[in-house]
Amino acid sequence: MKEFQYQRAGDVRGAVALLSADPEARFLGGGTNLVDLMKTGVERPARLIDIRRLPLDRIEPTGDGGLRLGATVTNSDLAAHPEVRRRYPALAQAVLAGASGQLRNMATVGGNLLQRTRCAYFADLSKPCNKRVPGSGCPAITGEHHNHAILGASAHCVATHPSDMGVALTAFDAIVEYETAEGPGELPLADFYLPVGDSPHRETALPPGALITGVVLPPVAVAAHSRYRKVRERASYAFAIGSIAAALDVRDGIVHDVRLAFGAVASRPWRARAAERLLAGGPADADAFAAAADAELAAARPLADNAYKVTLIRNLVVSELATLAQEGTR
Amino acid sequence: MTVTAGREVTASVGTAKVRLEGREKVTGAARYAGEVPFPDLAHGWLVLSTVARGRIRSVRTADVLKMPGVLEVFHHGNALPIDAGFVIPLLGTPPDSLVALFQDDRVPCAGWPVALVVAETSEQAREAAEALVVHYETEPHDIRLSGERPDAVPLDSQVSGPGVTQKGDLDAELAASSFVVDAEYTTPQEHHNPMEPHAAVARWHDGILEVVDANQGSGYIAQLLAQLFSLDPGVVRVRAEHVGGGFGGKGQISVHQVAAVMAATVLRRPVRVVLTRRQMFSLTGYRSATVQRVRLGADAGGRLRALSHRAVAMTSTTYDFAEPTTAVARVMYDADAHHTSNEIVRLDVPTPSFMRSPGETPGAFALECALDELAEKSGIDPIELRVRNEPERGPVSGLPFSSRNVVACFREGARRFGWNDRDPRPGIRRDGRWLIGTGTAAATHLVMSVPSTAAVTAEADGTFTVRIGAADIGTGARTTLAMIAADALEVVPDRVRIRIGDSSLPPAVIALGSTGTRSWGWAIKIAVDELRDMLTPGVIIPPEGITARSDTTAAVVGLMQSAPKERHTYGAHFAEAAVDTTTGEVRVRRMLGVFAAGPIVNPLTARSQLIGGMIWGISMALHEQAIVDQSTGCLVGADFANYHIAAHADVPSVEATWVDEAPDPDDPVGFKGIGELGNVGPAAAIANAVWHATGVRHRNLPILPSRVLSSRGDAV
Amino acid sequence: MTTTSSVITLNVNGEKHTLPVDHRTTLLDALRERLDLTGTKKGCDQGQCGACTVLIDGRRVVSCLQLAMAAEDREITTVEGLAEDDRLHPVQQAFLDLDGYQCGYCTPGQICSAVGVLAEHAEGWPSAVTGDVRPEAGAPALTAEEIRERMSGNLCRCGAYVAIVDAVARAAQAPDQASAVSAQDEGSIR
Repeated sequence: MKEFQYQRAGDVRGAVALLSADPEARFLGGGTNLVDLMKTGVERPARLIDIRRLPLDRIEPTGDGGLRLGATVTNSDLAAHPEVRRRYPALAQAVLAGASGQLRNMATVGGNLLQRTRCAYFADLSKPCNKRVPGSGCPAITGEHHNHAILGASAHCVATHPSDMGVALTAFDAIVEYETAEGPGELPLADFYLPVGDSPHRETALPPGALITGVVLPPVAVAAHSRYRKVRERASYAFAIGSIAAALDVRDGIVHDVRLAFGAVASRPWRARAAERLLAGGPADADAFAAAADAELAAARPLADNAYKVTLIRNLVVSELATLAQEGTR
Repeated sequence: MTVTAGREVTASVGTAKVRLEGREKVTGAARYAGEVPFPDLAHGWLVLSTVARGRIRSVRTADVLKMPGVLEVFHHGNALPIDAGFVIPLLGTPPDSLVALFQDDRVPCAGWPVALVVAETSEQAREAAEALVVHYETEPHDIRLSGERPDAVPLDSQVSGPGVTQKGDLDAELAASSFVVDAEYTTPQEHHNPMEPHAAVARWHDGILEVVDANQGSGYIAQLLAQLFSLDPGVVRVRAEHVGGGFGGKGQISVHQVAAVMAATVLRRPVRVVLTRRQMFSLTGYRSATVQRVRLGADAGGRLRALSHRAVAMTSTTYDFAEPTTAVARVMYDADAHHTSNEIVRLDVPTPSFMRSPGETPGAFALECALDELAEKSGIDPIELRVRNEPERGPVSGLPFSSRNVVACFREGARRFGWNDRDPRPGIRRDGRWLIGTGTAAATHLVMSVPSTAAVTAEADGTFTVRIGAADIGTGARTTLAMIAADALEVVPDRVRIRIGDSSLPPAVIALGSTGTRSWGWAIKIAVDELRDMLTPGVIIPPEGITARSDTTAAVVGLMQSAPKERHTYGAHFAEAAVDTTTGEVRVRRMLGVFAAGPIVNPLTARSQLIGGMIWGISMALHEQAIVDQSTGCLVGADFANYHIAAHADVPSVEATWVDEAPDPDDPVGFKGIGELGNVGPAAAIANAVWHATGVRHRNLPILPSRVLSSRGDAV
Repeated sequence: MTTTSSVITLNVNGEKHTLPVDHRTTLLDALRERLDLTGTKKGCDQGQCGACTVLIDGRRVVSCLQLAMAAEDREITTVEGLAEDDRLHPVQQAFLDLDGYQCGYCTPGQICSAVGVLAEHAEGWPSAVTGDVRPEAGAPALTAEEIRERMSGNLCRCGAYVAIVDAVARAAQAPDQASAVSAQDEGSIR
């Protein structure tokens, strides 16, 4: 790990100013990803700006009936919050499915969205990686990729975004709020992550020097009837090999509203809009669920060793929507 | 004062006793190797090769030596000479040339040590090690293991026994069999991963080389260090008071000790070298991947006419390590034609090593799954099939068994587990989204004793001190030995002080091969016998005490010569598995192990150790595998985030118990060993349960969701 | 100090320690290498095993990913700070009595984590195995399944899990557990 300067930011504007003053500076939140990457040498900041004590650790109602999650709210506080659990249960479940109790006590909302892929080649400085060293190549495509992307990847990178939280936030149309030296701004989470294309090292649409200050959950009625399900290679404390956030409102056997997003299948949390479109206004039965999954997964381009994910996601869509439909009719 | 060995208690052996060092462990007071403070300590950080084969062209030390705090960079250009050309009696071979640290420019595998950076602080050492540029001349590597490799060769070894055993005409017996199983099973590369990373601190002090180390036998390590550095054995002292797990991975000398000694010798100050989790994957041994073909042929009644078990494992180009994979087949089942072979392929990989029940664990997976397949084909209950194939004598040795209570284990286990009501048909039990099944498998492990010495002192204050070069790597040995000594002395264990984990103590076998309790206990018992003879009524104990010493060499050899027998422990595993075929998730719902392992010294710690072994079985069946990048020959994701071991949530109710065993009248010790037994067979029981749940045989471990989905990707 | 090191004060087990630290120093290394509090263990140094678990302001964290600088002025509790004089914390006592460990290396982390789990459960936090996370469903009972999930951030290679879960369950029943936890965490859980 390289030597670095350390400063604790006193307020948001000050934090942004500190960052813009030093191109080699990074914000330090919970540190659960950044400090690890600094140890492996993937990140080598010259300066850390500790934002953990900024007054961004609150969860507050918005005027229109949504919730604003401060950027430094910990995963634990998010998942324990009564309004999150009541109105966006899949979000609480997603957060609880991530990492461990210890890491959830450290990790923050902003950091979660900005965490880097857990692709092992990315973390290994002795290997090429287009995300880490643009143009160096992607050994995962022909190498170990059993937990890599099936959707939205490119010939340059097949890494996945590891977040669970982000999958639920994506399903519920969350909006990222940020601050730059020029003032505040916002980005729908749907536009937050850039397509992989030929520049996998460029991951988000955040303007340079921006500090995420919060995430706004708009009022989404169907979110109160939602679930998150995560499949992984051990029962806990592991990254997903496939996950799903689903919300469903069925009225008289017809899908009134539906939200679907997938995790561990793409470079970003994957909103299944094609599936949602197909389901809306149609019957809430197993055939419809399967057809919707197939429609979304028609774009899947699995690699040699991860085609199982197509089956997995399809089955998750069918089973989770069926469970929600059944619960809704009770 | 006068003291006699008392008559105050009858027996502590067989009663549950909390670990002697337990309080230190739960309060954080127990210090492990990397935690013993030394003034003026310097920190070493290893640099490992990033290519799988080649030569070091240059090590750019100049820039690194200018970095803050950096004291020295050791590499093949400036290393102290090391002599690794001697034979280690325990192995019957010279050490792996891995420990001939920095002696040449050759890189035989990825993760090979190429340099050690020493600095004032660990942060400085780490940064400098990361900054050190090493240029390689790369050569093509060969790392692919398969059952079809023409260069697979059987290997005879002092540790693993003969490479090949065979009797009878295999083809003829298979042809004449009513039921035949012929299947290939694979197990992946697995790593010990004790929670405590390997660490050593070395310093020269008053002409003595002191090493505080994480190992499974300090006397053994001291002896090897003396030989490697051409030192008088009397000047090397190695200590390992508390060791954070070993499982075989701390049994052999490794790079951390050698590097620390080299640096401390040159720099004339204490140097600590701690391996990172990632470095442990290539420097401390591992269990080779195996490819196994098992062929079974049985007559209409299920009696085996043919048994063939061929196992191919890999080793490095620097050391011939033979995984004794077919050891279980050589003991458990006889057949008119009985063929086994342990074969190796030499690849550009790190050297594999002994890992908790080496050979028996992957071998039992294949063989016990094959038995289950034979049970399915023949329509005979898996337990009944095993009962029908109980041999009278060792299938290969022809020797009688000192004990063989495997059937008793199955019967007791079947009763407790509810096996007798089991419907043998697969794929018919459902609980919500889960398909449910149960499976069973046998366990066995060799019982050995290795010559050891001990000293027992009657102290003037009425207590006793036992000194023995034993090790407690989490086994509970410290407590167990105190109990054995107390019973021999006929006193309460509180009056017995145990000194272990130090090379200055009487030499004894390392903690390996489940030999510890038996070998050490034997040495203690003989020393106590001697002491009791010395403590005649009225004898005055001088201030330095009265000490008796023992050496079991003659007794161990004598037992092997006077009463040659097949000596083993046994067990029966039962597992219930739940499988969601729509997601591929597999969960073990409950496990039971019933064991026959002689008298159990401390039921509290024995139960823990047996259950721990069974949890290794869950981990092996469902989680563990190291992934190697074929194009670079390097491990991918050598860490706990990628190399999964079972976590709390994977481990359900697991129960271990044992049956009483009548003592072998020819055996003066009685105690057997249980450190590895629990880990032989549970993965097979789980795989068999997964078949019973789903109707799909999983012959390749681990049984990951991807494999379940690929084998049965049925949509809902 | 230089631009890459600072003098900080760490409040550990109720004692204040002022020391210069290289900014790179993790809380784990500061405890082990600078304060000689070696009860907190380094198992992976990557947040992947839980051996280095300590409590900060009453909440469990992995100290290997926590920079010492960022822990300044927080209340840090390590395994050395749990017992009161000779009286073990109920969690420690249960681990000792039920053999909730073997080699002992993951043990301090398991114990600190368990103390955190009991506090989190007392706060009514749900977990990934809680059937219904909505607040109306009430706090989940601390079943073996709940304990296993909540303790999953602490790996144990010896496989002492079964006894550890028993120990945590027993500690949860200890008469002085409620007071021990609430005293520990008073005012720190929002």
